[in-house]
Parts: sequence; C-alpha cells; structure tokens
Amino acid sequence: MLKDATAIVGIGETPFAKGLEPSECQLASEAIVAALADAGLEPSDVDGMASYTMESTEEVEVAKNIGAGDLHFFGKVGYGGGGGPGVVGLLAMAVATGRCNVGVAWRSRKRGSGQRPWAGAHAQVTPASAWTRPWGLLRPVDEIGLLTRRYMHLYGATRDHLANVALAVRKHANNNPRAIMYERTMTREDYMKARWISEPLCLFDNCLETDGALACVIVRADRARDCPHRPVYIHSASQGLPSQSEVMTNYWNEDPMRGPAWTCAEGLYRSSDIKPEDIKVAQLYDAFTPLVLLSLEGYGFCKRGEGAEFTNDGNISIGGRLPLNTSGGGLSEAYVHGFNLINEGVRQMRGTSCNQVKDADTCLVTAGEGVPTSALLLRN
Amino acid sequence: MSSEMLLPAVGENEAPFWEAAAKGELRIQQCAGCERLRFPPRPMCPRCQSTESTWALMSGGGTIYSFVVPHPPLLPQFNDLAPYNVILVTLDEDPTIRLIGNLVDQVGDKINAVDPSSIELDKPVQVVFEQINDDIHMPRWLRV
Repeated sequence: MLKDATAIVGIGETPFAKGLEPSECQLASEAIVAALADAGLEPSDVDGMASYTMESTEEVEVAKNIGAGDLHFFGKVGYGGGGGPGVVGLLAMAVATGRCNVGVAWRSRKRGSGQRPWAGAHAQVTPASAWTRPWGLLRPVDEIGLLTRRYMHLYGATRDHLANVALAVRKHANNNPRAIMYERTMTREDYMKARWISEPLCLFDNCLETDGALACVIVRADRARDCPHRPVYIHSASQGLPSQSEVMTNYWNEDPMRGPAWTCAEGLYRSSDIKPEDIKVAQLYDAFTPLVLLSLEGYGFCKRGEGAEFTNDGNISIGGRLPLNTSGGGLSEAYVHGFNLINEGVRQMRGTSCNQVKDADTCLVTAGEGVPTSALLLRN
Repeated sequence: MSSEMLLPAVGENEAPFWEAAAKGELRIQQCAGCERLRFPPRPMCPRCQSTESTWALMSGGGTIYSFVVPHPPLLPQFNDLAPYNVILVTLDEDPTIRLIGNLVDQVGDKINAVDPSSIELDKPVQVVFEQINDDIHMPRWLRV
C-alpha cells in the first residue's frame, strides 16, 4: 500500500521571473540541491529521480551536476500540466516498494523566455490537432474556452465566478514575496476591463509565463521522522485518463464536462481515509480559472454544476470553507507546470505558508483538468 | 489568404475525410463490424476492436455545442483575421461526434464575417465546403 508509506521531507525552488539568466539545467540543479539541504540529506544520497516527459533537463545531466549517487530508479510522467502530482506519485511508489530510498522530483522551465508551445505553425501537439488548428483553434486558452462557454451556458456561471478565482489567488500572491504578482493587486474592475484572449476568457483567466525550477525530496515514512522538518505524508496518489478522452480538446464523448478530474478523484479517494469534507486547503491546478470550477466538482467539494457558486462568499479565500492556491498558484505566483502547487501543499502541512490555513492537516494538490491528470492527498 | 492558410495535416487516417470533402460530402469513419461512428479517425473500433472501417455519409446537419472568439496573440495569418469565431458542432447523427469549424453567412466568407454576439448555442447549422486548393475543401457552417 502507498498510504502514508512515504513522505515529502524537502522542498526547494529558484526565484521565479521572466528572463532568468541561468540555463534550465542549472535552475533544476539549484532547486534540487536546495530541496536536499531542506531535507538534511546529501546529493550523494539520491538514488531515484522523476520528472515530466516535457522536462528538457535529463536525469543523466542533472544527476551529474548535483553529484547524485548511483540511481536505481528514474521515470517520467506525460501530459504536461497533468503530470505534476503524477511525478510525485510515481516516485512515491518507487520509494515505497524499495526501488530507491531517496527520490527527487523536479520541474525546470523557461516558459517566460522562449516561444510559446503552440506557436509553431505546424506544431502537431496531438493527432487531434489536425482537426482543430486549421480552423483557428490554436492555443490551450481557445481549447479550454470552448468548454468554458458550454459550462457557463449549462449552469449559469458568469465572468464574476471566474473573477472570484482570479481575485482570490491574486490576494494570496500579494502575501507571498516569492510570487511574481506579490506587489500587483487586482480589483474586480481590473478583471472586467482586461483585454480578451479568447472570449469568454480574458487576460486574467490565464496563468503567468514564468522561468523557474522547483524540486521535492521523498523518503520512506520511517526515515522521514529523522529529517529536520515535520514529515508531510503522501496519503494517496492517483492519475486519471477517462475512457474516450482527449488531451485538451476533450470534445468526443457524451459528456465533455465530466473531465479527467472525476476519474482521478475516484482513484484518489478509493485508497484514502480522507474524504472531501475533511480537506481544509487545496492547491487546484489553475492554468485557466475555469479549470478550478471543474476541479471543485470533480474532486467532490460540491455537486456537478455548482463549482461556480462555490467560489462565492469568500469560500476559496483564507478563512473560507476551502482556501485555494494559497501561494498564488499558476495565475499569480508562477506557472511551472503546477510544481509550485506541490511545494505550497508541503508548506501548508508544515505550517509555514505565507497564507497559513489554521489547523490544516490535509491538503489536496491537483494537476491540470482537461488533460490526462493526477492528484495527491497530503497530510501531516 | 489561401496560400498562407494553416492547412490540415492529411495522413492515412485523415485522407478519406478530405477526399469526401473535395466532393462536397461530409463523411465520418464508421466501423465495418458494429457500425459505430468514431472521430477523430483511427485504426481500431473502441467497441468491437475491428480494424475494418468505411466512411459513412452524414446529412451535414448539426447544432452549435460551443464557440470561442480568439484575439491576438495568434499565428500571423490568424492575427489578421482576429477576432474571428471558432465553433464546435455536434453532428445530428451522433452526439459524441463534434467538429471544429467556423460559422459564416455564405461560402467564401472570411471567418470573421459573422458578428460573434449573434452566435447562439444549441442552434442548428449546416455544413458547406470552401475550396482552399486542389486537395483541401474546408468545412464551414451556415445557420439554418
């Protein structure tokens, strides 16, 4: 069993910015070394590594740079922003089953510096792209915008609900000195006046473009108790790829509103003692604001079609029912394929967040909704 | 404009669709064993696992499931057209089969010709084909 068998004992990250000078390899190495120092472990202790298939820094290079020991496990998880908790879950399985003893997971990305992934004129991200791009459905924001408008039509959601998400996480970022948007406050009027990117989504429905790297360290629970920080146990981990699903353009099944989050949640709670009503804080993948509404439903915090309403009344802010993305998330802290949500989940369980949720003893961390996805339930 | 258009990638899975489109026909891949329609086209039927398929003629009718109106930054040839509409159409024959397209008022219109505020979900549309070059006739959609 995976339940509570492993723990995250170290986290590390570089500064977040646009146009960072060092290479992705250097950023990755710095984040991993910082995470190991946080865990009280040496780089030579590392014998397992895991990352995303989209990660451009390879295990061979990173291991050489940091001075890792002999590796007995290395693996990757696909589907971009769907992968983060899946990477940690994969590594946790390797540690729990004894394939390795000290595992590091990481993501390093200079998204704020280079060309955007969709910008290649003939980029065929998936076979389905052949059926979407020639008509001008080019970018992830266009693909998710289609689902968003349908969702708004079906359930009466409005731009005010999407603004609730953008404003709540921005406020969290305004308390987090590491966040790109630390000093940039936002009002509802700012949101409503922002330029369109793909109607019905505006600029502030979109995540940031960031350079930076993050890492975390996983060991068995018995060993975790010897590390300097309070262990953060991986209580449950899951992935979700629904039957007849697509990557981003999930338009070819009976119910596109019932996305991968639902499938992932089923696996997550099946092996968990923690249920949605027990969860006091969550880090929900927020490349786009509507993904948060869909995730609130998929992970069981409200019923189908009630995700928009859930964001009202301060429910998703500090002091509310379920404070979300307490570091500012992908919308306002940094967009590094969701790895910052993992590290923030760890800080909440340690009690060291900039927006600490009082008495939080469980935290849900999710990956991208709308793509083959993954999630973690952390506890302290 | 047509020389700079983003043309669809046509491989062996996609070719029958575009051959039919060039004749003004909307055809969707259909399992030769259990007759289930499937889209996007691919080698195996998910219901009966047959690898034999035919291409069934559709009526060309559907309803608007959703739409977006993209604004820059886009690829250069789309920046010039923005804001334009992209619609997702559910085919009358099968609610799980939806096609991405553009709503126009007549064949040959640019994809920004329709006022986006006039587009309504669940309204009926009919396919038309715009010739781009010798091989590619792009499906567009007219309101019924």
